Amino acid sequence: MDKQDMNEGQSVFNLSYLKQPKGLWSWLVTLDHKRIALLYLSALIVFFFLGGVFALLMRLELAHVGKQMIDPDTYNILFTLHGVIMIFLFIVPGIPAVLGNFCLPLMLGAKDVAFPRLNLFSYYIYVAGAIMAIIGLSNPADTGWTFYAPYSVRTSTGVIMMTAAAFVLGFSSILTGLNFIVTIHRMRAPGLTWFRLPVFVWGIYATSVIQVLATPVVGMSLVLLIVERMFGLGIFDPKLGGDPVLFQHLFWFYSHPVVYIMVLPAFGIVGEVIPVFSRKPLFGYKMVVFSSVGIAAIGFFVWAHHMFVAGISDPSAKIFSIVTFAVAVPTAIKVFNWVSTMYRGSISLTTPMLYAMAFVFLFLIAGTTGVYLATLAVDVFYHDTYFVVAHFHYTIQGGAVIGLIMGLHYWFPKISGKHYNTIVANIAWALIMIGFNLTFLPQFVLGMEGMPRRYYDYPAEFQNLHTISTVGAFINGVGYMMALINLFVTFVWGKRFAEANPYEAIGLEWRAPSPPPTENFDQQPIVNHGPYDYGRVALH
Amino acid sequence: MSENSSHSHDAHALPDPHDFGHTVPYPVYLKVFVSLLVLTVITVVISRFDFGEFNLVVAMLIASIKALLVALFFMHLKFENKIVWLYAGVPLFLLGVMLIGIFIDNPYRMGDRQPSRTTEHIAPKYNGSSH
Amino acid sequence: MSSVAQHGTTDFGSMDTAPEHRAPPHVHHMDAVTAYHAAKLGMWLFLATEILLFAVLFTAFAIFKWYYFAEFHAASKELNWKLGMFNTAVLLFSSFTAALAVDAAQHGQNRKVVKNLFISIACGGIFLIVKAIEYGAKYSHGMFIGGEHFHQFSNFLSIYYCLTGLHALHVVIGMIVLFWASTKAMRRMYSPVYYTPVELGALYWHLVDLIWIYLFPLLYLIG
Repeated sequence: MDKQDMNEGQSVFNLSYLKQPKGLWSWLVTLDHKRIALLYLSALIVFFFLGGVFALLMRLELAHVGKQMIDPDTYNILFTLHGVIMIFLFIVPGIPAVLGNFCLPLMLGAKDVAFPRLNLFSYYIYVAGAIMAIIGLSNPADTGWTFYAPYSVRTSTGVIMMTAAAFVLGFSSILTGLNFIVTIHRMRAPGLTWFRLPVFVWGIYATSVIQVLATPVVGMSLVLLIVERMFGLGIFDPKLGGDPVLFQHLFWFYSHPVVYIMVLPAFGIVGEVIPVFSRKPLFGYKMVVFSSVGIAAIGFFVWAHHMFVAGISDPSAKIFSIVTFAVAVPTAIKVFNWVSTMYRGSISLTTPMLYAMAFVFLFLIAGTTGVYLATLAVDVFYHDTYFVVAHFHYTIQGGAVIGLIMGLHYWFPKISGKHYNTIVANIAWALIMIGFNLTFLPQFVLGMEGMPRRYYDYPAEFQNLHTISTVGAFINGVGYMMALINLFVTFVWGKRFAEANPYEAIGLEWRAPSPPPTENFDQQPIVNHGPYDYGRVALH
Repeated sequence: MSENSSHSHDAHALPDPHDFGHTVPYPVYLKVFVSLLVLTVITVVISRFDFGEFNLVVAMLIASIKALLVALFFMHLKFENKIVWLYAGVPLFLLGVMLIGIFIDNPYRMGDRQPSRTTEHIAPKYNGSSH
Repeated sequence: MSSVAQHGTTDFGSMDTAPEHRAPPHVHHMDAVTAYHAAKLGMWLFLATEILLFAVLFTAFAIFKWYYFAEFHAASKELNWKLGMFNTAVLLFSSFTAALAVDAAQHGQNRKVVKNLFISIACGGIFLIVKAIEYGAKYSHGMFIGGEHFHQFSNFLSIYYCLTGLHALHVVIGMIVLFWASTKAMRRMYSPVYYTPVELGALYWHLVDLIWIYLFPLLYLIG
């Protein structure tokens, strides 16, 4: 990069949202969606790390038969904390809070979200919930992140603090979703019709609808659990005349749609990355859009597939099984569309593209193993085994987390104004791919052979696969560390400044400088074509 | 001093009040309120008679009419766009889904046996001692 | 006498809006019309979340009524339907005055806004006092939480206290929101081109009324 580019890059950087206005206080009371996104990102990375540490401690204990260093009660606490932290504190806020906040107004050609003060308020509600969760670490719950009654009513561990934290975090999620829905409805640039929106925006929209509609249900259910613990009411505990399966119904009514909150934005990012690096329009744009909306909708009707062996009636089990098969269809449609986009495209194997291709591969495994679990006769054997654990890690980690990392790399030049080291990034990608599959492919086999989940120890015949899985987990962890440290180091100390549109992409966010100034655009952008018209439209 | 706001590109012009919400005439509000009170009385009177299961249906029907009156007129839903209608209606739809999902479960757990609605053996209450 | 003329002009002659508030407050990233519609959509979305919050309790009520229909029938008789009906009328009236408050704000009649909002708030207060009387009666009959007769009707009473307790909490929140909206009327800020806080506050208040419209028959009459 020659000196003139450096100077220009430096001056764009100095005028950007990163530098204006100055001072820590201006960051803490910011109303700028881009700064709020980074505030969320810093918290999320801390909790990703914490949740990861608990995972690695579990894998260390499970590496060999017998007790290594952790006793059974502590093990129960570890898997509870791993679940609660990774789900409520990391991946549910996840992509919407970081990339949604950062990119949505830019992609719409707007100055900010509809309610900037509400946006900041959502962040501080998240912080409050996070503090409550940290306080809860002093007497951690051991119920699993699912808090099933009656154990959660009777155990002496700190269920109330953990569930109260989850309730508060839910509020943050609701308000963020509300903000995004109104933003998308009311703040699109002139000419930006619904069917010219990037699929990432559609993904955020579908996610936000689920956030708004499903989260109150789990919020109220957890409040009922708290109230039952405190006052001995008879709602879920059979000893008091309550119904424990009712808790499961109410809990999963949210907790199934929540997995679509996690993954729909990731689907959206894949739909952004693949067309850019195939230099081809997204294949079947409308079908991709309808599939996002369809997944969000059908996702509300399948919750009891988590309860097939909880004692629900035969008719309801059959109905929920059939509807669960239906939700696989729109997801498969997306996979076909992504692959068709790449077909005969001009592929550049950039880091985001590597992650996108990994996503397609990993989610293929995730989705198909989900169909096994939807099959009643099969689920009777696989429920509560490692098969389920492997399935949901393929969907959540192979899907949502890979999606987040991919998005961070894809929009990194826009967010930071700099280029990261590609070689380091790609090595990290390879470590994640190797580590992740090494961790979880053996777990499918373990599950099929009958290894139960949430078990602190196991018979000798499962030893080898567990050891392999543990090795994979550490490689996975190193990969994530490398990827994130690479981005962080570049963010703070990098010197290779990025131009406004380094990928020559269509899409309004690439018309703003890298990084953008606080107001995003000098003038209101106007749109007169779709977001993926590669080969059809001259770039600006 | 009144300002003509029909030239919207004039920076000092006020927005047009008609671009905001609908106004409803006072007599409409009054009629709705009186209807609500009447329907409340009807609900109470009907509940005095025993129609068995029908009591619940009738009570919920009347409550829904009252709710519709409040929503359509007091909350101006009658004049809102389709998106607002969607977000007002979908939660009710989901409540229905929740109820259906649970009620295809609980009453049908006993297979060929008739679902029983007597109390103790479905969810017996223990007096502190476990079995 | 309409203070909003026909073709988009705003005649402030018959309003009591303060001169410095003749224009809507500045929102830096949206124009006033968009800001109004955005805020209204936002409030309806928030109401959607509240409906789903109560939906959980209504569902729990339904399933426990199905399990324990005899207990529910007997326990419901312990509730005072006359007080319940009175409270229903009070809330309906408060919804009426809330709607009138919005109407007044739309016509720039700030004093009338204050009057109507205060009536709604007072009605909320009356509702809560009656509720407190009912809870007191429960307590003296040993049917409050931890009371000696609680266990006999525990499933009904658990849901009853959760439902009415959560509803009462929303009445309190609604009263605070309406009061906040009235402070702006006291500063004579409302006009035909700015009345968003009253409208949003009234929407919230109407929801509180809507929930009670269903609670009253379910708890007091059908049980």
